[in-house]
Amino acid sequence: MSHGPTVRGLILATIVSTTAALALIFFYAPLDANQGFVQKIFYIHVPLAIVSLCGFVAGGLLAIGHLRTGERKWDLRSYVVIHLSLIFGITALLAGSIWAKASWGHWWVWDDPTLVSFLIVLLLFATYQPLRFSIEDPERQARYASVFAIVAAAFVPLNFIAVRLSQGFVHPRVLTLGGGNLPGPMRLTFLIALLAVALLFVTLCLFELQAKRTRIGLRRLRRELLGEDAVRPLGRSAAPS
Amino acid sequence: MTAVQPQGRTQSQSPMHRTPALSPPGTFRTALILLGKDLRLELRTLETVPAMVLFCITTFVIFHFALNRATISGQLAAGILTATLLFASMLAINRLFVAEREQGGFDGFLLAPVDRTALLLAKAGALLVFLVVLEVFAVPAFALLLLGPPLGPRLPGLVTVLLLGDLALAIIGTFVSAIAVQTRARDLIGPILGLPLLVPALIGTARGVGSALATHPVQFPAGRWLAITALYDLVFALLAYAVFDFLLED
Repeated sequence: MSHGPTVRGLILATIVSTTAALALIFFYAPLDANQGFVQKIFYIHVPLAIVSLCGFVAGGLLAIGHLRTGERKWDLRSYVVIHLSLIFGITALLAGSIWAKASWGHWWVWDDPTLVSFLIVLLLFATYQPLRFSIEDPERQARYASVFAIVAAAFVPLNFIAVRLSQGFVHPRVLTLGGGNLPGPMRLTFLIALLAVALLFVTLCLFELQAKRTRIGLRRLRRELLGEDAVRPLGRSAAPS
Repeated sequence: MTAVQPQGRTQSQSPMHRTPALSPPGTFRTALILLGKDLRLELRTLETVPAMVLFCITTFVIFHFALNRATISGQLAAGILTATLLFASMLAINRLFVAEREQGGFDGFLLAPVDRTALLLAKAGALLVFLVVLEVFAVPAFALLLLGPPLGPRLPGLVTVLLLGDLALAIIGTFVSAIAVQTRARDLIGPILGLPLLVPALIGTARGVGSALATHPVQFPAGRWLAITALYDLVFALLAYAVFDFLLED
């Protein structure tokens, strides 16, 4: 598989930043005074959560492209971004759960609004695949999935606001948009880790897009050469085809 | 030529052509016509609303045994009431577009030269009416079977919160139902899609009802919960309005 120079550069940047992030996490970032070594999962968990939320919103924006132009490539992009966001999101939830057990003593706590909101968003996006899967007509599947992605993306900020309001403003925020109250080395490590995870996300998206496009092209060729019957349905996959 | 003319004259005298030119009704009028159709259908068949009422009352009985409590109040009562109403509404949401889908109503509607938003308005209106009628029966039944403190003085607050919650259920329910009706696993997709979308509305409604049903003193629900639910209603109404047309294209 050959890639353009942009993709090759991106892959290189991903490898470098991931290595740098891991090195910084283990050798540079200071140990947390209260939580010790376990706190280092923070550098993986929070970037994963941020990137997956951004991915969900991006999936909705790409879906707008599909509804506006009617071109299937936008649906494919939206599908891939949401698919990977789901994987990143579930990983973030697992990492968060481990962190919560280690530092708060419970696998799950209800009094952190960010955690609860994240779970609700994940539950909503978890229905994206079943929805696609239960619509057979590809055209309609793409359109309905796009409508769902747009509404679900708009739901992300709404849900965060509603859950935050429901619990009052009593909890201190570890991390705000301005960087919060993290000390310098920790903040640097965190930002590099965030960059690494974001680059990893984009690279994986490009790879999956490439694989899906290849599969679509291959199936089209088979259909042309061997006839309609030679190409089987995809089975347990609701990806655009 | 001469043979054609008399034919044309007889055609122009047919009852169709003697009436003034028919112009399609406006969005709101179309919605009212469709709403009337849905309500007439429900009145004649009495399928959905009685089933929802029965579901609610049975669920209250189940909660009585499951909790092993004779009376409840405050947030516990609010949670049981709102969750039961939420699940009962799923029955209506699953059935909302079934007649349109199975008996060609969608095709007929798409052929008519009317604004498509009318269908959203009509269906959300129908769902809202169903929910209000359901609550007219379910809330007194709840007060009778489970609620500890007397309902009377708490009624104004309760009605306000529940109406705002019904609006959210009606809007989101219509949107979800329009998606789910075109899928193979219709009855499964509806609830799994709808429930997460309804969580923020449920937060506002349940907390509002909770303060309305507190043992004492009798208080009106805090403006905050009303504001959350109302804002959510507004945003989702705009969102559903923006995307609904795409669900009807064919």
